[in-house]
Amino acid sequence: MNWGSLEGFLAMGGYGLYVWGSYAVTLLLLAVEVLWLRGRRRTIVKRLGLMRHLSARNAHETQA
Amino acid sequence: MSQRLVNWFKYAKYASPATFYGLAGRLIPWFAVGSLVLFGIGLYIGFFVAPTDFQQGEAYRIIFIHVPAAWMSMFLYLLMAVYAALGLIFNTRLSGMMAQAIAPTGALFTFIALWSGALWGRPTWGTYWVWDARLTSELILLFLYVGFIALQASIEDPRRADKAGAVLAIVGAINVPIIYFSVQWWNTLHQGASVSLTRAPSMATVMVAGMIVMVFACWFYAIAVVLSRVRVIMLERERGTAWVAKQLEAGRA
Repeated sequence: MNWGSLEGFLAMGGYGLYVWGSYAVTLLLLAVEVLWLRGRRRTIVKRLGLMRHLSARNAHETQA
Repeated sequence: MSQRLVNWFKYAKYASPATFYGLAGRLIPWFAVGSLVLFGIGLYIGFFVAPTDFQQGEAYRIIFIHVPAAWMSMFLYLLMAVYAALGLIFNTRLSGMMAQAIAPTGALFTFIALWSGALWGRPTWGTYWVWDARLTSELILLFLYVGFIALQASIEDPRRADKAGAVLAIVGAINVPIIYFSVQWWNTLHQGASVSLTRAPSMATVMVAGMIVMVFACWFYAIAVVLSRVRVIMLERERGTAWVAKQLEAGRA
């Protein structure tokens, strides 16, 4: 165990800004990448559903 | 010979987007959970088990993200170039999609390596940035990733975009050994490798252990994200095909 207290842990021996700056930006970027990807997936799945819906309706109208 | 033929067909089967889509979907949760567990273990070792460095104090703890990110940035570039080359040689659809899926994650790790390196350089070297060989070649790697992404985005036809991107990716691969050996070839401010295959690491064992766990965590993360992205790219590119319609009907898309 290296840290006597939470303050000590956050201070990182005076290098807190550099150490936490590295890890915080990493965490932020990974989270942004995952959320971005999720959004891109939702968009294409929605569009595919719409395409299927439209083509099904077209086929139905042609038959009638 | 016949066994080889069977293996080849198996490979070709999984190389077809329709089959690969399902396989990737089943693998993603395992890699995602594995990545979370490994990040937890790696960060625990890095912050609570590894002792304070006698020279750099606590600032050295940046190593647990800096070195894995820098390794990933180079590994992923080479992997992207290999897929790009396979796509050019065998003209397989999946290869180009894989190269395209790897690029953003590679660029991300390159940025993290540069960013954490700058924040590490300030307290230890007294500067965020120097134009030395290691830092400059890593910055060029970021530009190569960004160039690859931009080039592909600028070409409408995906198969042509794959070909143009592949040429850039393959030519740019020369930069990876330059990054790796830059600390030996030139006089750099950046230190040499602390961990190599040919000799014992010049770091405490527990520090190396934390770093290695973090490397695996990054690999698992990258695999999960790249597989997720390649699935999205497959849906986008092959939206008119029967297999995509089937996936939709089964509610698996």
